[in-house]
Amino acid sequence: MITAVETNTVLDIAAIRNDFPILNRKVKGHPLVYLDNAATSQKPQVVIDALVGYYTELNANVHRGIHTLAEEATAAFEATRDALQQFINARHREEIIYTKGTTEGINLVAYTWGRSNLNEGDEVIISGMEHHSNIVPWQIVCEERKAVLKVIPVTEAGELDMEAFYQLLSEKTKIVSIVHVSNALGTINPVKEIIDAAHQKGAVVLVDGAQSSLHLDIDVQELDCDFFALSAHKMLGPTGAGALYGKKQLLEAMPVFNGGGEMIKEVRFEKTTYNELPYKFEAGTPNIADFVAFKPAIEYINTLGKKNMRVHEDALLRYATGKIKEIDGIRIIGEAKQKASVLSFVIDGVHPQDVGILLDNKGIAVRTGHHCAEPLMNRFCIPGTIRASFAVYNTMEEIDQLAAGLKKAISLLK
Amino acid sequence: MSNVKSIPEIEAEIVDEFSLFDSWDDKYEYIIDLGKKLQPLDEAYKKDEYKVKGCQSTVWLAADYKDGKVTYKAESDAIIVKGLISMLIRVLSDHTPDEILATDMDFINKIGMTSHLAQTRSNGLRAMVKQMKHYALAYKSLKFDV
Repeated sequence: MITAVETNTVLDIAAIRNDFPILNRKVKGHPLVYLDNAATSQKPQVVIDALVGYYTELNANVHRGIHTLAEEATAAFEATRDALQQFINARHREEIIYTKGTTEGINLVAYTWGRSNLNEGDEVIISGMEHHSNIVPWQIVCEERKAVLKVIPVTEAGELDMEAFYQLLSEKTKIVSIVHVSNALGTINPVKEIIDAAHQKGAVVLVDGAQSSLHLDIDVQELDCDFFALSAHKMLGPTGAGALYGKKQLLEAMPVFNGGGEMIKEVRFEKTTYNELPYKFEAGTPNIADFVAFKPAIEYINTLGKKNMRVHEDALLRYATGKIKEIDGIRIIGEAKQKASVLSFVIDGVHPQDVGILLDNKGIAVRTGHHCAEPLMNRFCIPGTIRASFAVYNTMEEIDQLAAGLKKAISLLK
Repeated sequence: MSNVKSIPEIEAEIVDEFSLFDSWDDKYEYIIDLGKKLQPLDEAYKKDEYKVKGCQSTVWLAADYKDGKVTYKAESDAIIVKGLISMLIRVLSDHTPDEILATDMDFINKIGMTSHLAQTRSNGLRAMVKQMKHYALAYKSLKFDV
């Protein structure tokens, strides 16, 4: 029997909860229990205030105007780039390319780096636990360039089969695009080992950091990854904003992505010359408000400290894993040694969707389905899982409610 | 077997039945019960051509047309969807294509189950309702051809 464990974090979780106004709302008459953080995190008041503040005080188009609003908006917009540079320890600020999110970051690399570097017979390595957004762009570019997509298999425990990876890796490998933390299983992958091995064969490495950015310390120089993609909305920030980190020499050599305003130096009908980094990849008026509001999210994370957050999140995961295992007929999918904040499971004879509906009826938000990772679900021969994913503002009591909700759901459904 | 009650009459019946429930728990318990009682679809129908695929759950739907009336049979791999299917069959089956095409299924709103037809739910149910009407439309044109 698992009894409530105390988290050893120095953080005041009750005070943190007060920073997130949505946690006060009720769903179907019950206080919201939000356990769908891997889909998107909730936003602290400072982020909401920054969004409103931008439209109330600052709104102007960036980089072009010479009036005060344009200058202030530009300064606020560009300050987020500095915060992101520090957040992932990039060497240069122009190595931070603003995107709509991780998906666009991966597409940018596939379409620009991929189209100019992949040739017939070259190989691209991904893994069996990728999100569709780190599968489909590579399928598209591989088909176009007649390159070959190779997939690292996933073990029964939900870890990468590293022996198989070393067998796949060869001089033919041009890029390895790998997820840092699996959205469906929570597995933390050994990306540093993969990066070092890939570099020895002359391949570059893209790390999909959508899930890791909030939970793990990210140092792109120490990792030595060539690209790193992240999304603001998964790290307490607004939707529709994200970043792609790329090593400067790679980004400089890459062709442009979208054409339009902002990304040009000179436009002539004979020939257009392109702007410098990072602007050559940032065509059109950007999502200014959301980038402005992304900075307070980063600062909020920095203030709490990722290490402190991790202590609490790990305690939540351990407690939830123990509680769930006590329930008859539940099987956890993904029991990797290194996991972050995600608990995925199936229940014998019960469809995940039915459980999701009944939990929602108790105000408990979990995700059910294939989590945009259909090949991974096929690997485990299941249509999908029930996934509870945790963030710093979740509590042990919420996990008790999840366990009680699950027991009730199972008794109704069986 | 002929259905003497009109579609609006059956819808009103279901709305009446649901008005007896005080809580969401009771509503879902009832729907789950309907799901458990739904007659299983013959394995011969569990093929791709009868499949109405949703993002999470799958529905298999077959229809028949006899004496000017459409009958449906269906099943799902998710039990709440099965319960909702059971109600849809109760409402629509054994009616003429014109009657089926004329209904807007408002009873689903009235019993508070709108979210199951909402886009966000992305299950097979929304696609199923559309498919049921497609069958009715197809049989209607057939009627004029014959």
